[in-house]
Amino acid sequence: MRTLDELLHEHEFFKGFKPEHLELMAGCATNVIFEAGEYIFREGENADVFYVIRHGHVALEIHDPRRGPIAIDTLQENDVLGWSWLFAPYHWHFDAKAIKLTRAVAMDGKCLRTKCENDHTLGYLMMQRFATVLADRLQQTRLQVLKLYD
Amino acid sequence: MINLTPQLTTQQLTDPMQPEPFRVKRVMKESYDTFTLEMEPVNSERLFTFAPGQFNMLYIFGVGEIPISISGDPNQPAMLVHTTRIVGAVTKAMSKLKTGDVLGVRGPFGTGWPVSAAKGCDVVLVAGGIGLAPLRPVLYQMLAHRDRYGKVVLLYGCRSPEDILFRKELEKWRARFDLEIFVTVDYGDSDWHGNVGVVTKLIPKAPFDALNTVAMVCGPEVMMRFTAIELQKRGVQGEAIALSMERNMKCAIGLCGHCQFGPTFICKDGPVFTYPQLQSWLAQWEI
Ligand SMILES: Cc1cc2nc3c(=O)[nH]c(=O)nc-3n(C[C@H](O)[C@H](O)[C@H](O)COP(=O)(O)OP(=O)(O)OC[C@H]3O[C@@H](n4cnc5c(N)ncnc54)[C@H](O)[C@@H]3O)c2cc1C
Ligand code: FES
Repeated sequence: MRTLDELLHEHEFFKGFKPEHLELMAGCATNVIFEAGEYIFREGENADVFYVIRHGHVALEIHDPRRGPIAIDTLQENDVLGWSWLFAPYHWHFDAKAIKLTRAVAMDGKCLRTKCENDHTLGYLMMQRFATVLADRLQQTRLQVLKLYD
Repeated sequence: MINLTPQLTTQQLTDPMQPEPFRVKRVMKESYDTFTLEMEPVNSERLFTFAPGQFNMLYIFGVGEIPISISGDPNQPAMLVHTTRIVGAVTKAMSKLKTGDVLGVRGPFGTGWPVSAAKGCDVVLVAGGIGLAPLRPVLYQMLAHRDRYGKVVLLYGCRSPEDILFRKELEKWRARFDLEIFVTVDYGDSDWHGNVGVVTKLIPKAPFDALNTVAMVCGPEVMMRFTAIELQKRGVQGEAIALSMERNMKCAIGLCGHCQFGPTFICKDGPVFTYPQLQSWLAQWEI
């Protein structure tokens, strides 16, 4: 069986991380599995974790009382789920639901925040990676609101 | 390096300005605003040979004439097929045609997709909205000669699950082992279990060998611009990307200047161009 730092090492998000940083990260990691249809987190709940998806398919949803759940994005293998753990007040902004059986590594946000405070090189690396994820998502959202296909 | 020389395929038409009457044989509703017409010539046994990517000028008598790409199977030239989205007066009038009605057809006009130049390569087709219609003949052609190509991948984006065109055909193709189809919508409801997000998001993970890939992209201009950028980020060469452009048209044979885009006329130099041919013009306003 592969160890957690091996799993992290294989993930796109952690490409280029030094072994010592991966080892530090692995200290905050656990393996998790979500069944199809299972909610991973709900809007408003405490965001003290993020997930690196190893396999599966996850929908980010907003619940509209009139229309029911509306999926606004989907994530899959090699994506990262959740950035609210990084920014106060650490609450989820959306619901996340596994739409297929999903395997992921859950990273404990509180544990990571402490490690990033203590090791600014690691903190900078994490901020850099998340900034890239956020910039990509922002760009996609901009195109989405443009109604690209009209 | 992959080189897609534009495929000039315009046939010698006896009189390219004279519409030929075609009779509607079948009308198919594809979605709430898009329909497909199957047509046959009224006065002749003409087989309508065309290259994937070419278009016709369709004349709705008393209303107007518009360019519409051919969306049918090039290997079945007995039937002329067009898929159209209702946006204004002519497309609306066209949507009201019924079996037995007659309309005028001029064409086929323009350059085709680089189907021959793509032989031996992986092929990725990126379609947005109604842009799937002009690319469908490419899929027919490639599936008829599947052994000539490497991986064939279709990335298709549309607004919502209700907007997905050719649903049954996509499902049938999806069951094949030699064709990869990925569909994404901007917003999905609880019945939708597929991808959500813009079509460009599918590019980084799509299964093709970027260095040996020919990409054919069809959709609104902004979508094509961002798709070309994303394809290049993935490693596809600009020269290996083909796009299909749209502009208002009148003559469709390079005479009136209506469809001018930078130094080119879309009707006769296009509608299919390589990305480097258009790159410097694509981001400019009011061209
Ligand atoms: C080479 C070529 C191939 C085409 N192939 C297809 C096809 O296969 N299927 C299809 O449905 N359409 C296709 N089009 C677009 C089609 O020609 C137009 O939608 C049509 O001319 C609109 O005519 P209309 O009278 O209904 O609308 P208009 O009254 O001319 O326009 C109504 C509204 O739609 C907008 N509009 C007009 N043309 C377009 C356009 N091309 N794209 C986006 N918005 C537009 C106008 O700005 C206006 O706001 C193609 C265009 C070209 C140049
Ligand atoms: S439509 Fe007349 S020049 Fe192109």
